[in-house]
Amino acid sequence: MAPPRPHTHARARTRTTARTTTAVLSGLAVLATAGCGSGFGSSGGQQQTRAGNQRLTVLIAPSSTAETTAVKQAVAGYEKTSGNQVTVQTAADINQQLGQAFSGGNPPDVFYVNSDQFANYAQGGSLYPYGDKIWNLDAYPKSLLASFSNDGKQTCVPKDGSSLALAVNPKLWKAAGLTDKDHPRTWDDLERVAKKLTKGKVTGLVTSEEYQRLGAFMKQAGGWVTNASQTTMTADSKANEKGLDFVKKGLNAGWWKFSKQVDALNAGEAFGQGKAAMTIEGSWLDGQLAHDYPDTDYKLFDLPEGPGGKGNLAFTTCWGVAQKSRHRDAAVDLVQYLSTSEQQQAMAEKFGAIPVRESSAEAYFARHPEFEPWSPMAKGVQGPTTVKGMDKPLAQFNSELLNLRSAAPKTILGNLQHNGEPVIKEAQR
Amino acid sequence: MKRPTSLARRREGAWGWLFVSPMVLVLGLFLALPILMALWVSLLHWDGQSNPFTGGKATFVGLDNYRDLLTRDGLDRTLLATSLRNNAYYVLLAVPLSTGLALGLALVVNQRMLKGRSMLRTAFYFPSVTSTIAVSTVFLFLFQGSGAINNLLSWVGIKGPNWLTDSRGLVWTTLGGLGLVDPSRPPGASHVIMGLPLSEWLAGPSIAMCTMILMATWTSSGTFMLIFLAALQNVPRELEEAAALDGVTRRRMLWHVTLPAIRPVLFLVLTLALIGSWQVFDMVYVMGQGAPANTTLTPAYLSYQAAFDNADYGQGAAIAFILFALILVLVGAQRWLLRERQGKEGRPA
Repeated sequence: MAPPRPHTHARARTRTTARTTTAVLSGLAVLATAGCGSGFGSSGGQQQTRAGNQRLTVLIAPSSTAETTAVKQAVAGYEKTSGNQVTVQTAADINQQLGQAFSGGNPPDVFYVNSDQFANYAQGGSLYPYGDKIWNLDAYPKSLLASFSNDGKQTCVPKDGSSLALAVNPKLWKAAGLTDKDHPRTWDDLERVAKKLTKGKVTGLVTSEEYQRLGAFMKQAGGWVTNASQTTMTADSKANEKGLDFVKKGLNAGWWKFSKQVDALNAGEAFGQGKAAMTIEGSWLDGQLAHDYPDTDYKLFDLPEGPGGKGNLAFTTCWGVAQKSRHRDAAVDLVQYLSTSEQQQAMAEKFGAIPVRESSAEAYFARHPEFEPWSPMAKGVQGPTTVKGMDKPLAQFNSELLNLRSAAPKTILGNLQHNGEPVIKEAQR
Repeated sequence: MKRPTSLARRREGAWGWLFVSPMVLVLGLFLALPILMALWVSLLHWDGQSNPFTGGKATFVGLDNYRDLLTRDGLDRTLLATSLRNNAYYVLLAVPLSTGLALGLALVVNQRMLKGRSMLRTAFYFPSVTSTIAVSTVFLFLFQGSGAINNLLSWVGIKGPNWLTDSRGLVWTTLGGLGLVDPSRPPGASHVIMGLPLSEWLAGPSIAMCTMILMATWTSSGTFMLIFLAALQNVPRELEEAAALDGVTRRRMLWHVTLPAIRPVLFLVLTLALIGSWQVFDMVYVMGQGAPANTTLTPAYLSYQAAFDNADYGQGAAIAFILFALILVLVGAQRWLLRERQGKEGRPA
């Protein structure tokens, strides 16, 4: 048997099989993309208009278990009055989960929208603008509504809000020989009491290193990251530098420390463990202390005034309704229900969410005057920055602020200005 | 004579394809196709809220995402450069450390005279079967400023750093400790490469990154030990006996007999370690998400962040492909370095 010439055959075979493989693969590709096409699909069916007996999904990112319970209870009340069924899901990483749900075309009907993600979702067309359907919209503070409007429309309404306040530990306060009269009204006052409170393992003031806290001092010096209409970067202003210079002075003198320096995950923890005599936090501090450190008492003061007057930052989350929801009317109905004065006050009592509607806020602060410093409606309050894509330069800003002790505020602010300018220009196009 | 053979062969080939078709289908559907889809996404400006394959809102931007990351001055490029720097130091330390440790452990538990071998093997392998997330969480506690490690160090009079929040680079800190360089103004700060000053490139891994390197070494060496162990048990006993009769020392035996005999496995372990370390994600996610000061940021985490936090899925995919290209190049280089050298003196038969 003469040996065949295997090469030619082998080569021919490889060629045909290669061709077959390509054909099979491209066939598969077509099939799969078609399959995905339906997954990514646009509206996913007819609007369900029939009242009653609809199934809604709500996705929340609670700050505590108390919040989950409160939302579930509120929703149960809505189920009774409307006859709809509502499932409340809690998210571990809400940005990632919502992003995936939007691209999959099957988002939850109602969900929390963080202010930093708002511009992205709204401009991407994922949010159903329902603001005009909400009863008595004027009762919300203008600064917060402005953060949640897109293209001239009120896209969604804030679920609650909080500004920052100076929380002090009354035990340590008294031990340092301070009284209520020593309430720090200026930066100098703050420095004076913090120095007095710094003793042994206790640091006078412990905050996180984020601009979401330190920015209050930029505001008090008369500056901020952007102008009021969020159209130009104003990060490298002298005022901002003055604000950060004050923080740096405190850090270098040792009466101000970042929570990471005292081995705490966040400022609330440092405060709860008694490592900090004062901290600067929003209303979530109440829930955290009640849950983790029930023995630590606290008292709130307004933030001190700086050379630029009063300055504070407000934080808020809105109730988003999905554009692709099949139950948009029912979803808006649910948001309406959750935004009523009674529900807002119930949430406030249960987990310390500060009501944002004027009437309910007034009623709430009348009952709890001690929480008034957290009111997001005060003077000089800056709402969250909602420029699309600004998240990244601000995250970079935060990571540079961690080194504020050794770095120059001018450099850090200059970097923010440099990184933010292309983003803000892009957003206006 | 010829025709039937080729026909039979062709039939054989057809059957062969039929038998492997389930695997081809699965690989095509879950591997090749997603890769092609991701490649397409990397050429888009896509916010993740529409279908990227039917036109719509996702705009085709060509190589813009790659340009932003590689050539255009800006935050994107600086972040990528930072993450590449971090990961390069991670690879440079974690790969040799874990390979060396694994080989050492394998040599120890391969000894026939050793008592309690199977117990030791289990103990060494244990970190590898524990989930990285769980190990990372435990490390978070161990390496706290007032954690167990620093308590231990304080017994011998060393004041340990605040491991996971320390962003100082190892190189400048060490040189500063020796009094050679002022760590607050390291040299090369004015020379900028890819948006990152030279002083930053040369800073070395931060203390926080070193903690992660320690953890990676500890968790991955078990698996590699197992692979080395399998290879060591395949080394012919006669070879070692012959060498022993010739009177070689143990070190020379390792270098000239054992290591060459397991060279393919060494290559495998190094490759696996290299690829694995360029893709490190889980511990970054748990232990700091890039903090402190971006010194634990890795390309894999940056890709995730770009896509899911900043809704820039195109850039996320582009980072993934840059990483892919980098791994290919490095594995190629490593293959070339570890190639069989012909006619070199002292090679064992």
